[in-house]
Amino acid sequence: MTLKLGVGLGIAGVIVLFGVIGPLVVGNPSTVRDMGLTGPGNGFLLGTTQTGQDVFAQLAYATRGSLIIGVVVGALTLLLSSFFGIVGAFVGGWADEAFSLFTNIMLVIPGLPLVILISSYVPNKSIWLVAAVLAITSWAGSARVLRGFTLSVRSRDYVLAAKISGEKRWRILFVEILPNLIPLLASQVVFAVIFAILGEAGLSFLGLGASGSFTWGTMLFYAQNGLALRLGAWWWFAPPGLAIALFGAALSLINFSIDEIINPKLRSQTRAERNKWSVKA
Amino acid sequence: MRYLLRKLVFYVAALWAALTLNFLIPRLMPGNPVDLMLSKLATKGPVTPTTRAAIEALLGTDTHSSLWAQYWKYLHQLVSGNLGTSIAYFPEPVSQVIGQTLPWTVGLIGLATVISFAVGILLGRAAGWRRGSWIDNLIPVTTMLQSVPYFWLALLLLFLLGSTWPVFPLNGGYDVYSVTPGWNLPFAQSIVYHGTLPALTIVISSIGGWMLGMRNMMVSTLSEDFVVTAEAKGLTPRRIRSRYVARNAILPSISGFAISLGFVVAGSIVTEAVFTYPGIGSALLLAVGNNDYALMQGVFLIITLAVLGANLLVDLLYGVIDPRTRARS
Repeated sequence: MTLKLGVGLGIAGVIVLFGVIGPLVVGNPSTVRDMGLTGPGNGFLLGTTQTGQDVFAQLAYATRGSLIIGVVVGALTLLLSSFFGIVGAFVGGWADEAFSLFTNIMLVIPGLPLVILISSYVPNKSIWLVAAVLAITSWAGSARVLRGFTLSVRSRDYVLAAKISGEKRWRILFVEILPNLIPLLASQVVFAVIFAILGEAGLSFLGLGASGSFTWGTMLFYAQNGLALRLGAWWWFAPPGLAIALFGAALSLINFSIDEIINPKLRSQTRAERNKWSVKA
Repeated sequence: MRYLLRKLVFYVAALWAALTLNFLIPRLMPGNPVDLMLSKLATKGPVTPTTRAAIEALLGTDTHSSLWAQYWKYLHQLVSGNLGTSIAYFPEPVSQVIGQTLPWTVGLIGLATVISFAVGILLGRAAGWRRGSWIDNLIPVTTMLQSVPYFWLALLLLFLLGSTWPVFPLNGGYDVYSVTPGWNLPFAQSIVYHGTLPALTIVISSIGGWMLGMRNMMVSTLSEDFVVTAEAKGLTPRRIRSRYVARNAILPSISGFAISLGFVVAGSIVTEAVFTYPGIGSALLLAVGNNDYALMQGVFLIITLAVLGANLLVDLLYGVIDPRTRARS
């Protein structure tokens, strides 16, 4: 447990707790009051919006909404990318060729414009549809990474030994190969979650998100449309962006720690330390 | 030669997939985009039979002809370069709208991406070479900046440098009131002045990725045996750094650069929304707001072409820089 991992898990944990417990404690986020755009204080922790809605309550619901998107997209990406990446590379032959061609094509087709295109045809989107579209457009990158790594694991000596000793194919895949892929899978999922939350925020900010939902992106959309920037209402547009930034930073810290576990070369040994052993001229 | 052929086949397949996707999406989605578009067009002016035919071929309502026939008609329409008429910019044809907006996007985002790549690679090289130095400790900070949602950063900078301290203009690509577009100095100055803030936000939010990638590759390459050999031979550290380590470490970043170059056209949508920049992203958003499906399709097509083209270019270049890729295929 390094410091990086600790800080990352700590921040992410606090935000997740806020998203889970927050909505149970705060009031209705849509309640309109007769006190538009008041600053923090006066019984409202983060002030109110233009129509007097409680920003803190909105933030709690938005956190929950964004986390749901992140988790759903993360899970879907994991499924899709490990199916196309690992299974293809493991089976080999034409299946690998076909899967890898499909993956590469999905990789070069631009995601965000495709998402915009699809969402502009559907007027009333549920949060699940948005999550599904984000997952479909984002799994290819990690499938390619997984494929490359599976190929290298597959041809290692111990896997050949397992094959020769007559282990079943599914057992080789799940017991011999998959455990080696777990750190990589974990970091890919973390990436997918960050990507999904950012993607959804961007989509909602453009006004194309799920209808009637609360996410960090929709908060920013309403803040932008309510001229929060021009009116100097920082308590309205700062918290959701800061929440995304903090959560993203926490997840990247977790990812750094995973990277250092996978690739010991990245760990702390410095060049200066290594040079101490060399003969000084 | 085999390498070249393989790549070309792949990109033709990808292009075909994108075209087919573009054909299928409006046909699979609920609602009737053609009627919507035609009725909107009719409110702006008379709709000629050719326009109607073009839109029907692109978006499809021809219930009497089979899907195959529609598909051929659609491909034919694309090859002849007729992308239909835009509603949002009525009565300009879609291809003309794209032609006018594309240079803005390529200029702004392309330049910003190149600057970000160059500076990021240099900083990453320095960080990987001197691990634990102040520049190496900068890496976590720039990576944090990366997880800041891009448009939020843009909004903050706009708020601080546009409203609070008015250093930069709030929106637009040039000063519409005082300069005339063309090859003159005031126009060029106005473009630079308006483009600085958007470019700055792009550089700030993307530089961390380049830096981190290059730094990690430098660190991995430094522990290779050939570096130890080079040191043992007594080569100067400078030579080892630039000719031995950095040259090998930059390879993955170059293929990353290809992908991001392609996404220059795609990734600009949110930027242009924040800064109301007159590029292709704004055109796409305007199209979405107006249910301008013909323009949407056209923009998506151009974006896909840009991504594919950039990738093909770098794939070919990569074969030259790194002979191993040619040998493997």
